[in-house]
Amino acid sequence: MAKITFIAHNGTERPVEARNGMSVMEVAVNNSIPGIDADCGGACACATCHVYVDEAFLSKTGEQQEMEKSMLDFAENVRPNSRLSCQIKVTDALDGLRVTTPESQH
Amino acid sequence: MALGGIRNIVVAGAGQAAAQALQSLRSGGYDGRLSVVGDEAALPYQRPPLSKAYLKGEFEQDRLYFKPGAWYEDQKIDVVLGTTVTGINRARREVQLEHGGHLAYDVLILATGSRPRQLTLPGADLAGVYDLRTLADVGRLSPQMVPGRKMVIIGAGYIGLEAAAVARQMGLEVTVLEMAPRVLARVTSPVLSAFYEAEHRGHGVRILTGVQTARLNGANGQVTSVVLADGTELPADIVLSGIGILPNEELAKNAGIACSNGILVDRDGRTSDPQVFAAGDCASRPLVHYGRSGRLESVHNAIEQGKLVAAAILGLPRPAEDCPWFWSDQYDLKLQIAGLSQGYDTHVVRGDPATRRFAVFYLKNATLIAVDAVNSPPEFLASKKLIISGAKLAPDVLIDTSTPMKDIAAQAAA
Repeated sequence: MAKITFIAHNGTERPVEARNGMSVMEVAVNNSIPGIDADCGGACACATCHVYVDEAFLSKTGEQQEMEKSMLDFAENVRPNSRLSCQIKVTDALDGLRVTTPESQH
Repeated sequence: MALGGIRNIVVAGAGQAAAQALQSLRSGGYDGRLSVVGDEAALPYQRPPLSKAYLKGEFEQDRLYFKPGAWYEDQKIDVVLGTTVTGINRARREVQLEHGGHLAYDVLILATGSRPRQLTLPGADLAGVYDLRTLADVGRLSPQMVPGRKMVIIGAGYIGLEAAAVARQMGLEVTVLEMAPRVLARVTSPVLSAFYEAEHRGHGVRILTGVQTARLNGANGQVTSVVLADGTELPADIVLSGIGILPNEELAKNAGIACSNGILVDRDGRTSDPQVFAAGDCASRPLVHYGRSGRLESVHNAIEQGKLVAAAILGLPRPAEDCPWFWSDQYDLKLQIAGLSQGYDTHVVRGDPATRRFAVFYLKNATLIAVDAVNSPPEFLASKKLIISGAKLAPDVLIDTSTPMKDIAAQAAA
């Protein structure tokens, strides 16, 4: 289990409990976090689950695969800490993770 | 035009379009009565993984659900499962339910989806013959997916080929039968068909194209082989049928709502009855980027129409209509499709299929209308924008791999 806090672009925080093995995207969708549509259901096919990961956790969220990199290349307002949340798997190491949803997805 | 005084909305069907309509209605501010009636036992769930990761047993059932059960309670949505809507009384504005009783509506949303076209061959009713459309189908099929068993798949569309990839990876002996001269013949170009045929053969799948299936043989009620028109007999422990889907339009048709290969709707998803909307696989909608109407069987379409319908009901601005898009996962290949290629006059290949990373662009009158992108997200994402823009594009620009897709898209937009 890990506690993950979703932060909307306007600063509103939503802390939720996340089960290991799920993706951060699934956690967001199950908790109706606005701004994470995840149209393709996590197949890395749509780029509608873009988030900014708290720098302190960036290394713990795992390496970006080629597919994700090129999907992000076409997302809007990409930053160095951008990730597709469907590609981040929840582990104990992510306890305390904070992710922010981009304004363009609202 | 908003519909005034709506306090009671019924959604018939509980797939992706229904789930989206429910979410969009509530997030759009609708606080009246909201009911959803589904004929399956499960809460609304994602279908794409059924022929991909879920069939392979890579994740648990509860991860297929769009929303957990608590969400429906929280949103005050009445969920009626395991129940078919059997009729619509438009004069009384109520729907009849399979087990008796009825539900009144001010607005009805038909999200009845589609069903697999059934095999009509002798022997099609033998045990061991499966469809792949629902969780229940996977529940029946998946225990049979045992290494070494012989599986014959009838139909080389996306469902058939995705299932073939999964079955092969699970160690089954797989044969795919296709009536057309090539796989994916209905949906893509010979370039892509040849590529996927080679991939599957490379993984040990036997593919027979241009063949007619004559009958299924069985013993003790269980299928044992598939017999082709030329007499060839293929031993089979499992037969999977993937020969297309048909829209569930009968409910609408029987109620006198206009249908023609799908329930006919306008851009807002409204049917010929202004109190009745339709969304998803069951609906035939205007394809605004293509100047015609048609039925799309896809996640994008279900989501988009769910949103369009909700917006129209609530009197909100119409959401943007995206370029249609699809995807298919087979082995380690991700195929992403943007647009509709039907009617193309030119196609060009960017990249080398031998590298397993390439894209096929389809043009009509020098305008890009579709792309099939294999392991090539930039080509897919750039094309989505280019297709909507309707920009003229020279084939030699598209195939120049020294210029990134991003730059090609930017230049076309300039």
